[in-house]
Order: sequence, then C-alpha cells, then structure tokens
Amino acid sequence: MKKSKKKATFVEELKRNKSLFIMLIPGILVLLSNNYLPMPGVLLAFKDYNYTKGFFKSDWVGFDNFKYLFNSSQAYIITRNTILYNLAFIIISLTLALGLAIILNELRNKRLAKIYQSVFFLPYFLSWVVVSYLVYSLLSSDQGVFNNLLVHFNMKPINWYIEAKFWPAILVFVNTWKWTGYDSIIYLAAIVGIDKSLYEAAAIDGASRVKQIMYITIPSIMPVITILTLLKIGRIFYGDFGLFWNIPKNMGVLYNVTNVIDTYVYRALVQAGDIGMATASGLYQATVGFILVLAANFVVRRFNKENALM
Amino acid sequence: MKKNKITYQDVGKIGKTSNLLLNIIMILLALACIYPLLLVFGISITDEKTVTLEGYRLIPKVISFKAYDYVFTDAVDIFRAYGVTILVTLLGSIMSLIVISLYAYPLSRKDFKYKTFFTFIVFFTMLFNAGLVPWYMVYTNILHIKNTLFAMILPGLMTPLYVLIMRTFYVTTIPESIIEAAKVDGASEFRIFTQIVLPLSKPSLATIGLFNVLFYWNDWYSPLLFITDEKLYNLQYLLYRINQSITYITSQSNSLGNVSEILANIPSQTARMAMAIIAIGPIVLAYPFFQKYFVEGLTVGSIK
Repeated sequence: MKKSKKKATFVEELKRNKSLFIMLIPGILVLLSNNYLPMPGVLLAFKDYNYTKGFFKSDWVGFDNFKYLFNSSQAYIITRNTILYNLAFIIISLTLALGLAIILNELRNKRLAKIYQSVFFLPYFLSWVVVSYLVYSLLSSDQGVFNNLLVHFNMKPINWYIEAKFWPAILVFVNTWKWTGYDSIIYLAAIVGIDKSLYEAAAIDGASRVKQIMYITIPSIMPVITILTLLKIGRIFYGDFGLFWNIPKNMGVLYNVTNVIDTYVYRALVQAGDIGMATASGLYQATVGFILVLAANFVVRRFNKENALM
Repeated sequence: MKKNKITYQDVGKIGKTSNLLLNIIMILLALACIYPLLLVFGISITDEKTVTLEGYRLIPKVISFKAYDYVFTDAVDIFRAYGVTILVTLLGSIMSLIVISLYAYPLSRKDFKYKTFFTFIVFFTMLFNAGLVPWYMVYTNILHIKNTLFAMILPGLMTPLYVLIMRTFYVTTIPESIIEAAKVDGASEFRIFTQIVLPLSKPSLATIGLFNVLFYWNDWYSPLLFITDEKLYNLQYLLYRINQSITYITSQSNSLGNVSEILANIPSQTARMAMAIIAIGPIVLAYPFFQKYFVEGLTVGSIK
C-alpha cells in the first residue's frame, strides 16, 4: 500500500520535473559504468574464476581466496607497508607542510612568498611517470647525480634500484617533494582567513611573533588541521599506486618495502592473472577502508558537522 | 596616529634577521623543488656522448639540441602520442564539464524531490568502490571499450568531489528568485540552465575544467590497464613504456642476445629526457597563469 503510493509520487515527480531527470542521465550512465556495474563483481572474490566459464559459471569457493591471501606472508607485508607509509606521509604533512604555510605567512615580502608558493606547488602538476624520470636522473647507477657525487668523493657507488634498505626513505622523500606544496596551500588558505584584529590585540599586549603563532595561528586553524588529518587517516588503507608503481620501477628485490595493497592487487590481476585473489585483496582493502572512512567521518562530525563528508 | 599604525605593523611582523634566515631556507627548499626539473632539462640539451662519459649534469659541458631534433623530426610515435594526449584531454575535459554541470544542477534545486537520493549515489562512491578487478572486467567484458579512446575518457568523466563542489556552487551563488522569474516568463528548464545558470557559473566551471585537463594530460593509468594498441598510446604512457623496456634490458642484459636490437628501438638518454621535458612543458608554462583557479578549487574542495 505504502509502496504503491511512493511509486505514484515518483511518477508524478518524473512528469513534473522531466527536464531535471533528463539532465541526470549522462551522469547516471557514467556512475553505472564506473561504480555501480562493477559492484556485483566483488563476488569474484568468492569464486575460482575461470576464463572459459565466465563470471556466472565459475565455481564458488567460499573464503578460499581470503584464506590463501592471509596465510601467505604477503597480506601482512602489504598491509604494513600501506599503513606505515601513509602514517609517515600524514606526519610530514602535519609538520613540514604546516610549518611551511606558517613561514610563508610570516615572510615580510609578500611577493616573494607568492613566488615560493608557486615553486612548491609545481611538483603537484607532474605525473608520477615524469617524476620517475626525475628520480631516475638522480639515482641511475651509471649516470645518476648521486653516484657521480659518491665517486667524486672517492666513495663506492650504490646500485640504488636493488638496495631495499634505502627505499623507505626514498619513497617518503619523493612523496614529500610532490605533496608538501599542495598541502601547505590548504593550510595557508586557512591561516590567511584568521581575523587580523586578534594579532593586533596580542601585539599590544606585548606577545612576540612566536607566541602569536603558538597561541593564535595554530589554535585558529586547528579545525582545518584536524579535519584534513582525519580524512587522511580514513584513507590510510589506500596506497598511492602511481608512487609505489613508478618510482621503484617494479624491481622484484624491492617488493618487501615497496609493495602496497594497490600494487599487489594490480600484480595479482595482470602478472599472475589470479582474478579471484586480486578481487579478494581489493575487497579486503575496500571493506577495511570503508569502515575507516566511516569512523573518521564520525569523529569529524563530532568536531564540526559542516566539514564531515556526510 | 600615523606613527601608531607603523608600530602596529612592525610588531605584527617578524624581525629582519629571522626574515632573512627564513628567506634563505625558502630559497633552498624552492631550489630542491625545481632542481630535478632543471637537471632533466640540462641532460636533454647535452651532447649524447658527453652524457655517457660524464654522467648526468645540471649544466651541460657540450650543448647539443640533437635530442629535440630527433624528437621533432624522426619520432613518429611521439607525434602520434602527443596527438592522442591532446585529443583525449580536449574531449575528456569538455565531456566531463557537460556531465558534471548537468548532473549537479538538479541536486541544487530545492524543489527537486529526489535530490538527496541522487546526491547520495555520487557520495557513496567516495566511501566504497568495488576495486580494480570488477572495474577492469566491466570495461573489458561488458562495455568492450578496451583499446579505444573512450577507455581513457570514461574514468575521469565524473569525479564525485567535483559534482559536490559544483552543486554547492549553484546553491550558494545562483539566486532562486532568478530561476523562479524565468520560469514565470515561460522559459524551459534547459533554457534556464544554458542561458542563466551556466553563464553565472564560469569561475567554478573554469576551476573544474582545469583540474580535468590536468587529470587527462597526466593520465598513464587508464592506458596501462586498457590500451595495448601502440597507435593509441598517449604521451605519458609512451614515456612509461620506454622506461619499462630500459629496466627490462638492464635487468637481463647478460642473458639476452637481442639486446642491441631492442636498444636500437629505444630513444637515446638525451632524447628520453627531451621527451619528458616536452610532456611537462605545456603544464609548467601554463600553470602560473591558472594557479589561482587551482588554489581556489583546492581550498573549496578540501574543506568543502
């Protein structure tokens, strides 16, 4: 009874706002092909996919793909790498990018500050493929700048692309190089919006500039800092595929420290052709990621309803 | 009075010494930001033999533009890839603007009953996605768009965040009264949209359009997944493939007999760097002019 009533109103609305519905159609088609048609595909995680049998006729295997994933050492390694790298990136954004934004705001010459800001923003515009060329020109074992320097100072050149111990530092450094300018712009926009009279009042009271930063600037933009950080924590289960795929050049000896969930899924799909396993790993990521995003949002809501995603 | 004001400003600023110190730090950081770019440019205008002998250097000992000669005259692949990149960027950005601006509009209308539902189905894609494999299967087995330009266009057509930004823009800047008045005058929804709403939305369209251009220009991920036909390689993916074949050679150089044959098909080191510069070039030259839009989009997007 209730349902039929609802249907009737939907038809009414469809008639009344026909044009508005037509406007939605292209978007709905895109959403379907990019997001909603793939969703039933997660069932592949519970199947032993067979190319000739296809999606519907492949055999169900229950949780075998997940068992296989979590019994291998890989599940631990990729989860650890994904989380630890993201944690490092979050901490750097909180210190370096925030510090940079504060300094840019304090510089006496605003025009210079603008120029610095533009330069720091530049790496954001480069693709990871291009960045991998830049990194290679520094790290190449024969011609690279680093090895040239080492030889110049009579030290042994290092074969960077096969020495796993350097890679955590290299990846963190490259990611910092690419994203710090971007993050600092967001912080800077918040700082610029702070009410100037607060500083004037503090100055009259004799507060030093450092004290003003500690007691006015940082507290004033705390909501922005908290929200950005929480949103990043919500995405801690997602690795940046471009970074982890392009910069280490897919070198097998480095997998232990460069493989994240996203690169693992890609390799399982393309290199091993193991559809079931690849889907299972992807679903593991999506599920935990979903819970984390919801949790982060819940916390953001408690701070500030407007800034939560929902 | 005037004097008072000056002291305010002086109190409000950091001291001259710390200003100088901070400027020095900023200059060093800025150099660290552009050094790799300058280095690759330096290599690209160095004589190939000098590079092989002396390694990569910022300032070339022997300048040569042979790499660019090669890239601009001999390398058919690069021209084609450039064409693919330009075509996909143009088509993709325009289509994306159409899809997003159309979809976001009903969501902004208070009198549209199902706006919450249609907002939610966009928003939900930010929370949960099926992952790489199901998406890949849909593109290849259901839509059958593997090895078509569309496989590089479709992924960027509707970034959920841009839909939400666009909706917020409509809600906050387009007065309801204008729409009402136009309706009373008998204008159709599409006329209202194209003649009133869109012209008022130029700033927002520019910002989203520029983010789209950047996405399509830099995209190497969709070709990685969906393009195997060399004729459809875009610039970024061509750069990626060249990198891959070099890694392959260096890791197998002892066991392979046909190394020299593969090597012959790969551009020299300087030509590779020249290609990277050509891929970056338009962006680096254009971004200072458009930076303002990016900054706006970023600050709106991050804090919504």
